[in-house]
Amino acid sequence: MTDLNSLALLVVIPLLSAPVCLLLPGERLPWLLATTVTWLVLVLALMLSAGIPEQGSLDYAMGGWAPPWGIEYRLDAFNGFVAILVATIGALVLPYAAASVAAEVAPSKLPGFYAAFLLLLAGLLGTTITGDIFNLFVFLEISSLSSYILVSLADRRRALVSAYQYLILGTIGATFILIGTGLAYAMTGTLNMADLAARLPAVAATSTVHTAFAFIAIGVSIKLALFPLHLWLPNAYTEAPSAVAAFLAGTATKVAFYVLTRFIFSVFGAVFVFKLTPFGWAFTTMALAAICLGSVAAIFQDNVKRLLAWSSIAQIGYTVLGLSMATVAGLTAGVLHLFNHALIKSALFLAAGCIFYRLKSVDLVSITGLGRQMPWTMSAFTLAGLSLIGLPPTAGFISKWYLLTAALERGWWPAAILILVTSLLAAVYIWRVVESAWLKPIAIGRAPVTEAPLSMLVPTWALVLANIYFGLDTSFTTGLAGRAAETLIGGSR
Amino acid sequence: MTSATTLTASLLLPLLGAILVAATGRWPNIRETATLSTAILLFVLVCSLWPSRFDGIDQIVLLEPVPGGTLALHLEPLGMLFALVASFLWIITSLYAIGYMRAQGESNQTRFYTAFAVAMAATMGVAFAANLFTLFVFYEILTLSTYPLVTHSGTEKARRAGRVYLGILLTTSTLLLLPAVIATWLFAGTLDFKAGGILQGRVSNAVAGMLLLLYFFGIGKSAAMPFHRWLPAAMVAPTPVSALLHAVAVVKAGVFSMLKVTTYVFGTDLLSGISISQWLIYVSLATILLASLVALRQDNLKRRLAYSTISQLGYILLAGQLGNATGLIGGGLHIANHAFGKITLFLAAGAILVATHKTEVSAMSGLGRRMPLTFACFLVGSLSVIGLPPLGGFWSKWYLLLGSLRAEQWLAMLVLIISSLLNVAYLLPVSVRGFFSAPLASGDETFNPVPWPCRIAMAITASGCILLFLAAGPLVRLLETIGL
Repeated sequence: MTDLNSLALLVVIPLLSAPVCLLLPGERLPWLLATTVTWLVLVLALMLSAGIPEQGSLDYAMGGWAPPWGIEYRLDAFNGFVAILVATIGALVLPYAAASVAAEVAPSKLPGFYAAFLLLLAGLLGTTITGDIFNLFVFLEISSLSSYILVSLADRRRALVSAYQYLILGTIGATFILIGTGLAYAMTGTLNMADLAARLPAVAATSTVHTAFAFIAIGVSIKLALFPLHLWLPNAYTEAPSAVAAFLAGTATKVAFYVLTRFIFSVFGAVFVFKLTPFGWAFTTMALAAICLGSVAAIFQDNVKRLLAWSSIAQIGYTVLGLSMATVAGLTAGVLHLFNHALIKSALFLAAGCIFYRLKSVDLVSITGLGRQMPWTMSAFTLAGLSLIGLPPTAGFISKWYLLTAALERGWWPAAILILVTSLLAAVYIWRVVESAWLKPIAIGRAPVTEAPLSMLVPTWALVLANIYFGLDTSFTTGLAGRAAETLIGGSR
Repeated sequence: MTSATTLTASLLLPLLGAILVAATGRWPNIRETATLSTAILLFVLVCSLWPSRFDGIDQIVLLEPVPGGTLALHLEPLGMLFALVASFLWIITSLYAIGYMRAQGESNQTRFYTAFAVAMAATMGVAFAANLFTLFVFYEILTLSTYPLVTHSGTEKARRAGRVYLGILLTTSTLLLLPAVIATWLFAGTLDFKAGGILQGRVSNAVAGMLLLLYFFGIGKSAAMPFHRWLPAAMVAPTPVSALLHAVAVVKAGVFSMLKVTTYVFGTDLLSGISISQWLIYVSLATILLASLVALRQDNLKRRLAYSTISQLGYILLAGQLGNATGLIGGGLHIANHAFGKITLFLAAGAILVATHKTEVSAMSGLGRRMPLTFACFLVGSLSVIGLPPLGGFWSKWYLLLGSLRAEQWLAMLVLIISSLLNVAYLLPVSVRGFFSAPLASGDETFNPVPWPCRIAMAITASGCILLFLAAGPLVRLLETIGL
């Protein structure tokens, strides 16, 4: 199975299972298929990643057409890491979805839900492993379109508005990426990333290439929800079904970050982006603004899911800050935080989903005293929250340590101070939830609730324990992040 | 069991105890047996390290989460002393808590004992930390695990106290201590605690001064002014928690960390060249005097004791900055002596609360005749904190004065003497009022007998104060071996 064909199977299996899902009768079978496929994909991703050579990549030419004419799939240390992340979060969210989604989505729409979920998975994995920028655009759109559908499927009218807003902004982003891709193609006559990287330096001085990068950078930044292009995110994450919010928070923005990094370091080149254009500074500025404003805005939210969404905007800022340092240490920190934040935020959204499952609300006022009724859920939330703040011994602390070290090595001590101050802001907004749940009396008039079902608690706790595990034994995460950063920086010299 | 595994075991045992306590929460008797036996077992474990105290134990690396930052344990004299004191007082506090929590009818007792055990694991981690990274990790875990204890009652007042507690401790550790640790790593290329320091020759005196400043205020648990507010705020917690904060673990972890940083990160040679060190001596002295003056004006007994703690911690902070072996012995001894003295005072204050529901000193007139044991213990604790023979506190003051003399810090000597007088002024009136004033005339006084576990606990710590005077020799010899 580890031959190169399975690289294509990573995308093909979920893509082809999606229509089958739609045809299956009942509510249980589509879920079963989606879960089986996701776990299969996870096993494949793990096996493939284990086979990546120390220096280099696994390459596969689609349909036997040699690149740069045909579409090429490439798996190296960086996207292998991202693919594992996407498949893992998917494999944990789906068992959770069985109970959670059934409570939030109309029964008749369930087959469609799981079909869209598989399309989203295929889109995200395709975006991750393709070595062709047009193909990347196509997969990014598959993932985006299916996420608009998934957001809109929640049984709330506001979900429709949020999905529409997400659709409009997402489509603008997609259009920008397509324009950029077209311009780059016009200048070089190729769509293959490696080929582009070889041909772009010759024409790097032209305004067309500058424009191409500008369009792509802005388009991807919209998908990434980088401040000030983040407007779709708070509504989409708040109104989406809980399982979808957890999956999107752990994967969609992460893949968008991967795309941005790939374009900068493997297509246009770090020298072009950071030396010839002012984009390096633009990213730093936007990242710092995102960190500050996202954290401050999160403090003032009264809905737990919305609070987490704003916190995501800040966390995206941290990863982009790492990237914009353009050093191995900075990029390692960015990639590491991409992984750790996925673990953190998915765990938090899953815990929020458990709350919603029982209370039908995630407002701060309605969760008072919940720690006594749902101790496992609230403990999970608290522990993942500590990881978000970046306190030892959690994965979030490791991220913070790497990011700070990278910033200080680069001499960016104002950024370092900002990282520390905003991590305290994270403590403030997480503590609003912790205080409500653990220290306030049970809300008057609330019917007694019991703990969330086991099928939801187990995936949540799996992620929480992963947060603690990767805060102590970091050889896997920092090793892969370091290798990814070395590959990227080395490749763009 | 080799002493290396004992180190690791002493870290894991309280964690195991925490799980056991959480699992047996439904049966209070079994739960409390679990707490007490874990505490006793931990003390036995720590005692079994005593024979290897002079050889020390080189670091045992458990994990390496970040480059250069290993989770590693080692044994050196200061840590040995701190672990002994903390693990012994855990037994006392558990014993006392069993009586106190039941008598007060406190809720959420399982959460209480679980968090307590986790806090003890963190304390062991701090005591045996072989490098700054490990120290920082366990320092933060200690902050977090004591939060549910501080906010135990869940009232609005407790929540506010919790916010102050976490706010000050997390802010100082995140904004000052963490950057200091990372900067040390970037400058020195290592975070290990080494005799003679690791920064020597790596940084200019100006940078070293900045780092010292970051460490001094970043270790918020040592409650140096102006970052002391969390300690009085935390007085809303039940008495056993106050004992944990003031005597067993939390503030001691703070001053202990500071002593370790000055001794093993900076080293005396570097310290003597840093002019900021002199300023930090002034900050310590100001803390000693101002906190004593504030304590004088408190009528609430626990608040008075809280400010007294802040003042006493100033002694140990001073010891860290003196930069000589004698001062360091004084500081180390004071960790033990203040722990025993202050825990006796708090346990007595808690016993008064259980018996009469009185918290104000002015209302305690004549109580000594009804509760002679409690007030006698309070007197012993007071005298030890003041520093009079035949009580342990005398030795720490003696060595501190000697250390100040050697360092030619005349002002420090003066302040130490004035502070002793102030201690007399705010501690002795409590016992005097209890024994000699006429009882307040009000007929409707309720009086509950003090539970026997509380009486035993107080009696043991009061005897401990005396023992520390008579048998200070082994501790002094232990602290003399600290390589400077």
